[in-house]
Amino acid sequence: MKIAVCVSHVPDTATRIKIAADQKSIDPAGVSFVLNPYDEYAVEEALKTKEKFGGEVVVLSVGGDRVKETIRKSLAMGVDEGVHLKTDEALDSFAIAQALADEIKSLGSELVFMGKQSVDYDSGMVGQLTAELLSFNSISVCVTFNLDGNTITAEREIEGGKEIVETSLPCIITAQKGLNEPRYASLKGIMAAKKKVIQEKPVASTPALVENLQLKMPTAKNPGRILGTDSSAVPELVKLLHEEAKVI
Amino acid sequence: MSDELKNNHGLKGGEFLTKETDPVNVFTPEDISEDQKMMADTAKDFIEKEIWTKLDAIDNQEPGLTVKLMEQAGELGLLGASVPEEYGGIGGDFNTNTVLAMEMGKSHSFGVSFAAHTGIGTLPILYYGTKEQKDKYLPKLASGEMKSAYCLTEPTSGSDALAAKTTAVLSDDGKYYILNGQKMWITNGGFADILITFAQVEGDKFTSFIIPTDTPGFTRGEEEHKLGIKGSSTRALFLDNVKVPVENVLGEIGKGHYIAFNVLNVGRFKLGAMVTGGAKKYLSVAINYANERKQFGKPISSFGAIKYKLAEMASKIFVSEAATLRTSGLINDLEEKLISEGTSYSDALIKAAEEYAIESSIMKVFGSEILDYVVDEVVQVHGGYGYSEEYPAARGYRDSRINRIFEGTNEINRLLVVDMLVKRSMKGRLDLLGPAMAIQKELMSIPEFGNEPEGVLAKELKAVQNAKKAILMIAGSAVQKFMMKLAEQQEIIMCVTDMVIEAYACESAILRTQKLAKLKGEDAVALHIAMTQVYVSDAIERIALHGKHAVTAFAEADELKMLNLGLKRFTKLDPINTTKLRRQIADELIEANEYKL
Ligand SMILES: Cc1cc2nc3c(=O)[nH]c(=O)nc-3n(C[C@H](O)[C@H](O)[C@H](O)COP(=O)(O)OP(=O)(O)OC[C@H]3O[C@@H](n4cnc5c(N)ncnc54)[C@H](O)[C@@H]3O)c2cc1C
Repeated sequence: MKIAVCVSHVPDTATRIKIAADQKSIDPAGVSFVLNPYDEYAVEEALKTKEKFGGEVVVLSVGGDRVKETIRKSLAMGVDEGVHLKTDEALDSFAIAQALADEIKSLGSELVFMGKQSVDYDSGMVGQLTAELLSFNSISVCVTFNLDGNTITAEREIEGGKEIVETSLPCIITAQKGLNEPRYASLKGIMAAKKKVIQEKPVASTPALVENLQLKMPTAKNPGRILGTDSSAVPELVKLLHEEAKVI
Repeated sequence: MSDELKNNHGLKGGEFLTKETDPVNVFTPEDISEDQKMMADTAKDFIEKEIWTKLDAIDNQEPGLTVKLMEQAGELGLLGASVPEEYGGIGGDFNTNTVLAMEMGKSHSFGVSFAAHTGIGTLPILYYGTKEQKDKYLPKLASGEMKSAYCLTEPTSGSDALAAKTTAVLSDDGKYYILNGQKMWITNGGFADILITFAQVEGDKFTSFIIPTDTPGFTRGEEEHKLGIKGSSTRALFLDNVKVPVENVLGEIGKGHYIAFNVLNVGRFKLGAMVTGGAKKYLSVAINYANERKQFGKPISSFGAIKYKLAEMASKIFVSEAATLRTSGLINDLEEKLISEGTSYSDALIKAAEEYAIESSIMKVFGSEILDYVVDEVVQVHGGYGYSEEYPAARGYRDSRINRIFEGTNEINRLLVVDMLVKRSMKGRLDLLGPAMAIQKELMSIPEFGNEPEGVLAKELKAVQNAKKAILMIAGSAVQKFMMKLAEQQEIIMCVTDMVIEAYACESAILRTQKLAKLKGEDAVALHIAMTQVYVSDAIERIALHGKHAVTAFAEADELKMLNLGLKRFTKLDPINTTKLRRQIADELIEANEYKL
């Protein structure tokens, strides 16, 4: 079985980002990039599945040269080989899904893991788009995953609770926090990763469906205000909620 | 590693005092490779997830916890980073281990257990063990299956380690030694499976032994109640007729001092790397707090007094990291060179560490004193909250203090710096005499008033070159005056060493900044330049003060006059507006909300 895992290279959530001069991207200077946290769960689940059933895990990542770092991190965690789908353009979710779908098809992989979303643009669409393009089943936001023969059972998070679903291969699983506890890249794994192959392939161009017009920093939040401690403050509260916060 | 570095014609140990270094030849934080960074990230993840979440439990010495964490670190390969692959380790080079040490330095008590095990607890076997000893112990030490402790100190011999009283007597059948004595302050003493121990054979043949702790006659004392690093196990150990097979002698009979001291050379350097990493973490804690905490309606980070502290900490850390990695690069490259020339792996490691023993002592003293400065200011930035166990500042404060005491006190290391310089010069290993004479001559001549040097930090570099002349001038005069009795003039030695430390530190920072400026352009390194200037500007003043203390201690009349004039001439640097620079540095730290260089 060839298991594919798709990962993205995102700014570390702890770093302060700045918007670049073009107003459409972030300024990468001084920003440290990491393997997208949700993709770490995907890598872990792919490795666990391989350890249980055998096979091979291939990591795919779309982007510029920088993403090789994240591919190598996945290889260091234990993934067998990497495919770098190279493009220097900022692709929209559909174009990324198209690139991944093409590669998954040529790999002949029937089980694909990826994070439920990447924490840079947070669109949360690539998993389902890729599944649709491949006519694969898909289960998103999984917190458990179980494969038995051809049958997949998974628990997914829904508003206020959990849903247990069953489907069959071929399938794309998108990972939610809690799916597993991702392993560390051991020092031996890092050494071994140096000998693993990363294939580089150009991404065929797909016209963008979504155009990014502008990025804006969130406006600074005002500190909380205490209007009073008993019911006499209620009229003022209602007035402010209505006029200032405009929520009622 | 860059090709340039591979071709480095590295200076010999101590030679920085008389020779210049080309910036391209120094290893800097900016040269850390992606693999090295990835390994450091593994250490970082491990510390953040497994150690920082359990700091109280570790400090309370919850039974079995540190041992479990050590084993986990072993699984990740962290305990075997410097052990060759053939013995189950990673075989990481010296620089890789330095980068890891800087990360591990952020792990408080655990870092001490880790360092004792992987450094002084493992390296003696790696350096001096027989093939059988290496096969038997190294794989288990690298995996964490076995834990190790290093037992040099005794109740009546600390700094004077060779005066140990533990005895080892060969049995009548010649099959084992019988050891008797007491060891003191032994890190990992509570759980170690093997001890690297030292004892006197036939009265005065100082010898090293590997002792499994399940040997009858061995007992452990109670845990010491310590000022800091409370989570590390520290105990007295007792040897009462402990029978140790002759196969467990490490190295040769009577050659234990080579083992003790060569291992300490590496240990001192590594300690310097660890404390530098620790200081970086603490500075970020302070920046973050200063941005969050509001007084008088503003974040306290907006006050000049706090900005000064943040900038001063950052500049010191910047310098100490530059000097740490520069030293690491020197040792790393010499190891590689010796190995490529056919020296055995172990011998190459020992020789490279010995060559740079002066620099390693410098880094131990410099790094540990900077960490102490930093943790003190971190408490201060926190105000009352710095005094509370609810905040991380308090633990940092108490855990820092030990670093000036173990691995040779900072006094002992200061004495060693001058002692080694003088000995190497007398043996002809290092030419200090020639350059010192040239300076005497220069002093007699009229000072040049040539053009101002130009380029990035050129004035600062010139000032440091001059400061080195001041050191040679003073040290040369002191040696002439006291000859073999210089060792009795400890106050002068302390001053000279402090000058040497400052010169090495300043030069390292300048080289780091110049190297990066060449690569990225001057504008991209404005922060680096500012931190270097702030540090060097004050350091030159400190060098002048130490120099004054030294010369007034031994010179009189005309000689004193001449030395004072020379000192003035060699410690000149035009004053700059360091207040403005410190504000600029602080503003960048505040904006980034961390120290991220
Ligand atoms: C927490 C902890 C962990 C330790 N772990 C280990 C370990 O794992 N293995 C091990 O072997 N040891 C260990 N030690 C021991 C440590 O290395 C010694 O404490 C240290 O070397 C100093 O020795 P001492 O305590 O006997 O002090 P002393 O040697 O008595 O020194 C007292 C003071 O006198 C100064 N002094 C001593 N001699 C001179 C001199 N010639 N000239 C000028 N000043 C001098 C010292 O600098 C110091 O300020 C540990 C100690 C501690 C506290």
